[in-house]
Amino acid sequence: MRHIISVLLENESGALSRVAGLFSARGYNIESLTVAPTDDPSLSRMTIVTSGSDEIVEQITKQLNKLVDVIKLLDMTAHPHIEREMALVKVRVGEAADREEVKRLTDIFRGRIIDVTQQTYVIEITGEGSKLDAFLEAVSPFPVLEVVRSGVMGIARGDVALQL
Amino acid sequence: MSETSSSSTAITGAEIFCRSLQAEGVDVVFGYPGGAVLHIYDALYRQDKVSHVLVRHEQGAVHAAEGYAKSSDKPGVALVTSGPGATNAITGIADAYMDSVPLVVFTGQVPTSLIGNDAFQEVDTVGITRPCVKHNFLVKDVKDLATTIKKAFYVATTGRPGPVVVDIPKDVTAASCEFEYPESIHMRSYNPTFGGYTGQIDKAVDLILSAKQPMIYTGGGVILGRGSEALTEFTRKLGYPITNTLMGLGGYPASDKQFLGMLGMHGTYEANMAMHHADVLIAIGARFDDRVTGNIEKFCPHAKIVHVDVDPSSISKNVKVDVPIVGEVEPVLRELIKALDAANAKPDPAALDAWWKQIREWQSQDCLKYDRESELIKPQYVVQKFWELTQGDAFVTSDVGQHQMWAAQFYGFDKPNRWINSGGLGTMGVGLPFAMGVQFAHPDATVGCITGEASIQMCIQELSTCYQYQLPIKILNLNNRYLGMVRQWQEFFYQGRYAMSYMDALPDFVKLAEAYGHVGMRIDKPGDVEGAIKEALAQKERLVFLDFLTDQSENVYPMIPAGAGQNEMILV
Repeated sequence: MRHIISVLLENESGALSRVAGLFSARGYNIESLTVAPTDDPSLSRMTIVTSGSDEIVEQITKQLNKLVDVIKLLDMTAHPHIEREMALVKVRVGEAADREEVKRLTDIFRGRIIDVTQQTYVIEITGEGSKLDAFLEAVSPFPVLEVVRSGVMGIARGDVALQL
Repeated sequence: MSETSSSSTAITGAEIFCRSLQAEGVDVVFGYPGGAVLHIYDALYRQDKVSHVLVRHEQGAVHAAEGYAKSSDKPGVALVTSGPGATNAITGIADAYMDSVPLVVFTGQVPTSLIGNDAFQEVDTVGITRPCVKHNFLVKDVKDLATTIKKAFYVATTGRPGPVVVDIPKDVTAASCEFEYPESIHMRSYNPTFGGYTGQIDKAVDLILSAKQPMIYTGGGVILGRGSEALTEFTRKLGYPITNTLMGLGGYPASDKQFLGMLGMHGTYEANMAMHHADVLIAIGARFDDRVTGNIEKFCPHAKIVHVDVDPSSISKNVKVDVPIVGEVEPVLRELIKALDAANAKPDPAALDAWWKQIREWQSQDCLKYDRESELIKPQYVVQKFWELTQGDAFVTSDVGQHQMWAAQFYGFDKPNRWINSGGLGTMGVGLPFAMGVQFAHPDATVGCITGEASIQMCIQELSTCYQYQLPIKILNLNNRYLGMVRQWQEFFYQGRYAMSYMDALPDFVKLAEAYGHVGMRIDKPGDVEGAIKEALAQKERLVFLDFLTDQSENVYPMIPAGAGQNEMILV
């Protein structure tokens, strides 16, 4: 089963590699991993999307908790939560008709065109991974030059909060 | 503040290092100098509170620090230089990680300005040790040095103990600042557990008292958690059978009638059969290693399991347990004893009688029997004689292989911290440096190193260290001219194709011992074993190397082949 694990850890050099190293050393699967400092600059927040049986996910959370840099973690899957991912998509749009159609598709998916040249658009789009997949499918008739995806971030709905 | 823990004038990083170690009460550091740690060595030279033991290889330094820690209640400390010094220390660090040994290893590093430039003797020590340490630090500023050392000792010795590496660049040891050693430390991200939850304790007691065929299975955690006395009280109160893992030997007195011997791959028939047939398993400070469980699918098929461990990730890692208790072994056992006293119920005496009757029947197999009439020296006999002649009171280190298993089977450990071996990583070469560390921790004790001719050669250069410090270690070399355990597996599982297991071209160990300044003795007849050991034990001042030429074909029995269940043992 797919799990989204959010981790608060010390914002120190090497902390990310400890987490990544844990996954590779123990043979756990990482689907995506995003990390950045939080409003407290001494803290980083990491969102790890992983999958495995209940036993494996239990071990993943225990082993993560065991890392000295890890302060707290939350398995989002246990709570109602919101997931977001961002993609930047560069599409070749040489013909006027193509420009029209890509603009239309972008609007439908509530994306934004954030860079325009004679030949290309760069589109910014956010949402759940499946929405991003659907958008990429929709623009696939056009030459897609480049796709960059952020990996998933997650936050629990309501009162549940991962905080110190 | 005391003199050792603060200084209002600036002192160098190297001096801060020494003062911090003094503040931690460190009396001995095992190490080897090199360019990156020369400031530290100079500072060590100019003080007399922390002594330094010069080993002959960094691996020896870390193993010696392990031996020191495993036989005492203090952490071990090692000091090595950057690059090759650090990489040579890795085996010892990995060994300590697997066996949860409290250890602080200091590595020198190239100056901060050169880090990342492929400088001479540079290696990414923090990166290279990351998978095999409890935690590690790179100190980039002399102002952080004292606090980092404090954190290192705190992390290494609390919770589930383990090795912590502190990497110190050379310029940090040269730079100066005021010294203040923190009295205590708080790390928001590190909060080891102590006592267990009361609710779980009550559930455990109910389950324990409901048992008809109980079994207590304990590991190295009992010794690390200083829970030996509490375990003995707990076990005797219940009257249940108990087994120790290889790492747990001495956690319960081996001479006690409730003790069924070691369990696992080379454990006793009775211990493994009792495990297999148990209806309630009480696991304490043991981690269900594959050498214990055999085939996990066939492990304890009928048992409900209580598991006490300080490390939550050890619980339900290999085997799903019914009542998990996260906490330090000693306080949890005390809680369990209190709850047992308070409980109205008692174990079912009739069921327990029947269970013990069954166990006595398994014991009558006499699974550790060997040929006592042989004209060749039986390795088991050597260990047994050593046990008798030291009245079971020696500190015994071993290397890894057949001799290790015979030492575990035939030296009855009645006290904790007396049996020092490499259980987790299974590192050949540990025996001699372990013994050095033990002898430094216990200068007047008898320290025996039970080894084999292949293992001893992996760190044999440490004979030189033993000479320098006049350590009166007794080396019992069970020399069968083979990588014995490899040969045994090749005999059992590779139709006797002894690929590379024959150790031809061995040195003359007697002359080798003499070349290093020690006493060497060769023994090739069973009748001479006792006399030789007596003579060695009478030598109080010098190291004695006893080279026993043993029966080459002897195997370790009983044995559970890899992949089999605990009830599927090969007896003799």
